[in-house]
Amino acid sequence: MRFIPHTVGDVTEMLERIGVNTLEDLFVGVPEPVRLKRPLDLSAPASETELLRELKALAVKNATPETHKSFLGGGAYCHFIPAVIDLLISRSEFYTAYTPYQPEISQGTLQAVFEFQSLICQLTGMDAANASMYDGASACAEAVLMAVRLTRRKRVLLSRALNPRYRAVVATYCRYLSLDLVDVAVAADGWTDLADLNAKLDETTAAVVVGYPNYFGVIEDVANLAEISHGAGARLVTAVAEPVALGLLKSPGELGADIVVGDGQSFGLPLAFGGPYVGFFAVRQKDVRAMPGRLVGETTDLEGQRGFVLTLATREQHIRREKATSNICSNQGLCALMATIFMSLLGKQGLREMAEQNLAKAAYARQQLSGIKGFSLVFNGPVFNEFVVRSKAPVAEVLRRLEGVGILAGIPLGEDYPELADCFLVCVTEQNQREEIDALVAALQGGAA
Amino acid sequence: MTTLGTSGLVLNEKLLFEHSEPGRKGYSLSKLDVPATALPAELCREEISGFPELSEVDVVRHFTRLSTWNYGVDSGFYPLGSCTMKYNPKVNEVAARIPGLASIHPATPAHLAQGTLELMYRLQGALAEVSGFARVTLQPAAGAQGELTGMLVIRAWHEARGSKRSKVLIPDTAHGTNPATAALTGYDVVPLASDGVLTLEEVEAHMNDDVAALMVTNPNTLGLFETNIEAICKLVHDRGGLVYCDGANLNALMGIARPGDMGIDVMHFNLHKTFSTPHGGGGPGAGPVGVTEKLIPYLPGPGVERVGNDYRLEAESADSVGRMMAFHGNVGVMVRAYAYIRSMGAAGLRRASEMAVLNANYVRARLEGVYDLPYKSRSLHEVVFSDKDLEGGCHTLDVAKRLIDYGYHPPTIYFPLVVKGAIMIEPTETESQEVLDEFCDAMIAIAGEARDNPELLHQAPVRSRIRRLDETTAARKPKLKWEEGA
Repeated sequence: MRFIPHTVGDVTEMLERIGVNTLEDLFVGVPEPVRLKRPLDLSAPASETELLRELKALAVKNATPETHKSFLGGGAYCHFIPAVIDLLISRSEFYTAYTPYQPEISQGTLQAVFEFQSLICQLTGMDAANASMYDGASACAEAVLMAVRLTRRKRVLLSRALNPRYRAVVATYCRYLSLDLVDVAVAADGWTDLADLNAKLDETTAAVVVGYPNYFGVIEDVANLAEISHGAGARLVTAVAEPVALGLLKSPGELGADIVVGDGQSFGLPLAFGGPYVGFFAVRQKDVRAMPGRLVGETTDLEGQRGFVLTLATREQHIRREKATSNICSNQGLCALMATIFMSLLGKQGLREMAEQNLAKAAYARQQLSGIKGFSLVFNGPVFNEFVVRSKAPVAEVLRRLEGVGILAGIPLGEDYPELADCFLVCVTEQNQREEIDALVAALQGGAA
Repeated sequence: MTTLGTSGLVLNEKLLFEHSEPGRKGYSLSKLDVPATALPAELCREEISGFPELSEVDVVRHFTRLSTWNYGVDSGFYPLGSCTMKYNPKVNEVAARIPGLASIHPATPAHLAQGTLELMYRLQGALAEVSGFARVTLQPAAGAQGELTGMLVIRAWHEARGSKRSKVLIPDTAHGTNPATAALTGYDVVPLASDGVLTLEEVEAHMNDDVAALMVTNPNTLGLFETNIEAICKLVHDRGGLVYCDGANLNALMGIARPGDMGIDVMHFNLHKTFSTPHGGGGPGAGPVGVTEKLIPYLPGPGVERVGNDYRLEAESADSVGRMMAFHGNVGVMVRAYAYIRSMGAAGLRRASEMAVLNANYVRARLEGVYDLPYKSRSLHEVVFSDKDLEGGCHTLDVAKRLIDYGYHPPTIYFPLVVKGAIMIEPTETESQEVLDEFCDAMIAIAGEARDNPELLHQAPVRSRIRRLDETTAARKPKLKWEEGA
């Protein structure tokens, strides 16, 4: 076995030094009745060549943006990934290290996390960000828990226009905490319904949670939502599933959000069937000590040199145990590094340019699709790179037909929104060439007549 | 003696933001091939204040230099107890990057995602076989999220039976995540005392009809097998509770014994520990959860099922605790763990556990007598010493910092909490006798230095790029980001 260096001679010598006769003797602590009396039933080991052959045979059964024209979004996005990212994170000093418990030999990770925290603050317009969360959905759930802790209130209002999978994860995390999770309706233009929000908001409300842009791609009026929420003493949590939008849109911080969470997958992470991605979490200065997750802070060493350490650990489970702000321990370190490298490369201009391309391509697709007989646009609110299309023909049939011509046209909405059973969600990014969009339009046209 | 650690040229590096020059670019985007559009101005921000402007070369040099300030498993011996810092096979990295696996969108219809679904199905099966559980969910993103999943499942099972139990028993040797998780599930924590291992009497004294579950770690954080586990599980079950096992230490048991066969009801795996996926400087990991038959309906959905030759995402059961992640968990990590299991096979996994235990016991044999060993029972995959016998006013932290000068990543320190000044060493199976000998020689030399020249320890490390850091000021006046002009 190439990962285990022991020779027969090593084993004999080591057993002798330990003072036992056989390997079996090392396991005396494991009582006989619980021992496994047979070999594990697993496939015979594969050589490197066999393994890669097997995995490639599986891989070709998958449809991807390389094999299909893809318009899938809904919380995971196909964007340009600079070659630099994978090569840099393949430096094994990064990927084979663990949590930087020993700062003197972990400054690479620590400084990169400090830079990640800084970039997330700049992007979101917030004061402080943590070292990362598992994904946007679990970050959103942790934000709800934080708002509940801070306000000591029990009611949480979730916009129905928030990504349904984020809402589901919030519900899971809150399942046994005696909280009251209430849905807020979607207005006709695709925004969170302000009248419904006002009707449901009260002095027991801890948090109002909205997507920005929301699941339908619509750009919510965060300033207004913040003002309404604050009027009742509730915190506004803004979830950003598509952070490329923040290259162009006003930051949630500038608009008055109290907690900004989101997913950094768009920033250089492969789609990988849903993970690993990277959640981000940003707060106002006054709330820093109530924040979950790891934090890196700047300090100096004995000789006055700048250095970085894990800090404010007294919030965390390894010290506070059951009184910790969260149970999160490992986060998504390497993914945060990928997002950091992405933001460094794109920078001030690049992120804006990318955002503008997404906006333009989606607007073009939206305009083209709106003219096809049998299809219509559902919401009128301003959108970023996603939008909802209604189909006269059954959605499942339309999507299936387009798969047949190599197009993944969108995500059906019926399962999450029964009232939108005749709709699907289309996403267009800078990676979709005009010809692809035109092919989508042509294919839809072909079947609608 | 010649030590592994030495000093050499290391390059300084500023923060990204300090390199920034207006107008510099590090990206290339295709030319826009549709008409440009604009949003209403009131929706748009000014430029992102502080965001850097760098060339590709700037960025590559920056992160390359940062990487050289790190120590990873590929740099050298990394005996961080409870973290199982084994070698991360390179073929796993290649596997996870195979285009069809790396670039598939999570909302791809199941019939066009058969490759990944089949891989997930096979991994679920392999983990179930290794652990002895009826079903495994792959969704949780890390060990702590696996714990949360498992405890939610336990609570859901109780609630479905109309049982309103409010407490969870947790031994004093447990990882801090255990009590934090119990609290997140709405339970109160009752700490149990252990004397190395948990006794039946201690569990019996606290196990009543208000206790929902016992959370154990087996082998525990002292590296000891919980010898009474079968009797303890039976007692907890007889009194209407369930047993959760923190599977962080599964690396001691593969092919030797299976938690599912011991009476344990729920366990999380750490794919980034036992199954060789890289730790990534603090994630991503993956924390699948195995359960017994009766708990299957409560697992988060969707799992992967096989119908004939087709693989599908199961419909979520009505009793499910719900989703833990937006999509299907850290699939890229699953590909690596699957590749590891396929490379090792049954005999290879058993050999890994045997050699991990051999290595821990070898380190123990070489250091016992030099360092205090508080628990004398036979160790499994890790061994815990204390700083009790250290001379010269030196403590565990000093030994850890001095090890850096010698060229090693220090062990886990000051954990488990039941050992004062704990030094927790987990060598894993991927280290050779020579590496262990050199490390033990360093540990022995350091104990000698503590006696003869304790200042060497107090000042350490001196060979690292930076010296000991002022953590107190960092916590008192937190500076958590770069600010323009600050």
